Formats: sequence, C-alpha cells, structure tokens
Amino acid sequence: MLAMFFWAFVVGGAICVIGQLLLDVGKLTPGHTLSTLVVAGAILDGLGLYEPLIDFAGAGATVPITSFGNSLVHGALQEAEKHGLVGVLTGMFEVTSSGISAAILFGFIGALIFKPKG
Amino acid sequence: MGKTKKTPEQKSYQKLEKKHELKRPVGMNCLKAFLVGGLICTIGQVLTYFYIYYFNFTEATAGNPTVATLIFFAMLLTGFGVYDHIGQFAGAGSAVPVTGFGNAVISASIEHRSEGFVLGVGGNMFKLAGTVVLFGVFAAFVVALIRTLLSMWGVI
Repeated sequence: MLAMFFWAFVVGGAICVIGQLLLDVGKLTPGHTLSTLVVAGAILDGLGLYEPLIDFAGAGATVPITSFGNSLVHGALQEAEKHGLVGVLTGMFEVTSSGISAAILFGFIGALIFKPKG
Repeated sequence: MGKTKKTPEQKSYQKLEKKHELKRPVGMNCLKAFLVGGLICTIGQVLTYFYIYYFNFTEATAGNPTVATLIFFAMLLTGFGVYDHIGQFAGAGSAVPVTGFGNAVISASIEHRSEGFVLGVGGNMFKLAGTVVLFGVFAAFVVALIRTLLSMWGVI
C-alpha cells in the first residue's frame, strides 16, 4: 500500500513535469498544454498503454487530466463492444461522467456561495 | 509571416530582445510542479483507498468518486482564493491534475456571476475548460472509431 502512495506521487508528479515542460520549453499556453495532454491520454488508451499505468500508479494516473482522455476512449470502446459503431458516440461520457458532473455542479454551487475577489 | 526574410535591423533587434528576455527557471519550475502535482495525486490515492474500503468501490471504479471529491476541494480552495496562490507557485503542478480542470470551471463561474446566473454563470462556465472537453471528445472519438473499425475487420 505504501508503494502505491509512492508511485502515485512519482507518476503524478512526472505527468505534471511534462505539462510544465510544454509550458516553459514548448512555450504553449495553458489551454494548449492541457489539450495536448488530454489528446495524449486518449491516444495512449487507444494503444492500450494507459490501463497498465493506472494499475501501476493508481491515482497518479487517474488524477492528472490525461485520464480524462483515457476514460472518454474507455467509455466509447465499452459501448462499442455492445452496440457496434453507434456505441462510439453514445458511450463517450459513460465512464467520465463524474468529473464533468462534479465540475458543473460544484461550479454552480461555488457561484452561488462565493463572491468574486478583486 | 515567419518565413519572410528579416532585415538586418529586425535581426539585431531580435538578438537584443533575446538578451533581455527573462530566463524561465525551467528546472525550478519543474521541481515545484513535480512536488505539488505529486502531492495532489497522493491525496487522490488516499481518497481512492477511502472509497475502496468504505463505499465498496473497486480499484477500477474508485477513480470516479476520487475525481469528484478533488473537484469539491478545488471549489473550496478556489472560492477562498487559495488556488490562485497555489497555481502561481506550482504552475503545471496544479493545472494538470483534475483539480485544475475544476478550478478553471469554478473560477469562470464565480467571476461571471455578476452577469446573472443564466447568461453569466451558465454561458461562461466552460470558457476556459471547454477546450479540454472539445479536444478530449474529438480525440477519443477518432481513437475509439479506429479501434472499433480495426476490431470489426478482425485486425486486432
């Protein structure tokens, strides 16, 4: 269990370093950086490489934004297995619904209770 | 634009500009991003174990409530104005984890509440985070389509 915390820290940190390098060395804007990482996550899952990383690093792989691309592909493939090509469209948000719903819900609640600063 | 020949004056100006440009402390930035990003993921791992042991999630499904909880924390930190300070210190370390996605949605919502809940909050919520959703969905569509077609044709 302790090893899992260690690898979550190292792998999660390493993905953030890749993001920081894209920002500093690649001179990308934050929007471009995050989009690149999401696309990278989707492609890695398409190649079947992201799932082993999650087994190995746990939250180190599920918390960075790359896992958003991964779970979109995952939902689409799951549904595609059952319903064929239509499933690619209908299953897209199947796995990743919690992140999007949480962001929308807490975004609205945040706007209700907090006032803008400055 | 970049391909047109530069006059000698432009070239010398570019040299001058490069000399005065602030050097980004890349190594230090990466270290900070590594530490803060790693810490957020470790907190995520704690939450993952919490959901596995107390709410009967499996290793595979525990990522979902973990992400939701982290976004809830991001809401509190954003609302109290703490997340901005973390972001200034950590750079990508706080932007790349899902809390950064939450922060983008939540800060846009809070910022635009003065324009009303329908046009302000509703209309601007995904102003910053929308690009991540767009390219995530498009890339996932292409990747999943290729995988599905390949398996239908019996290639994989």
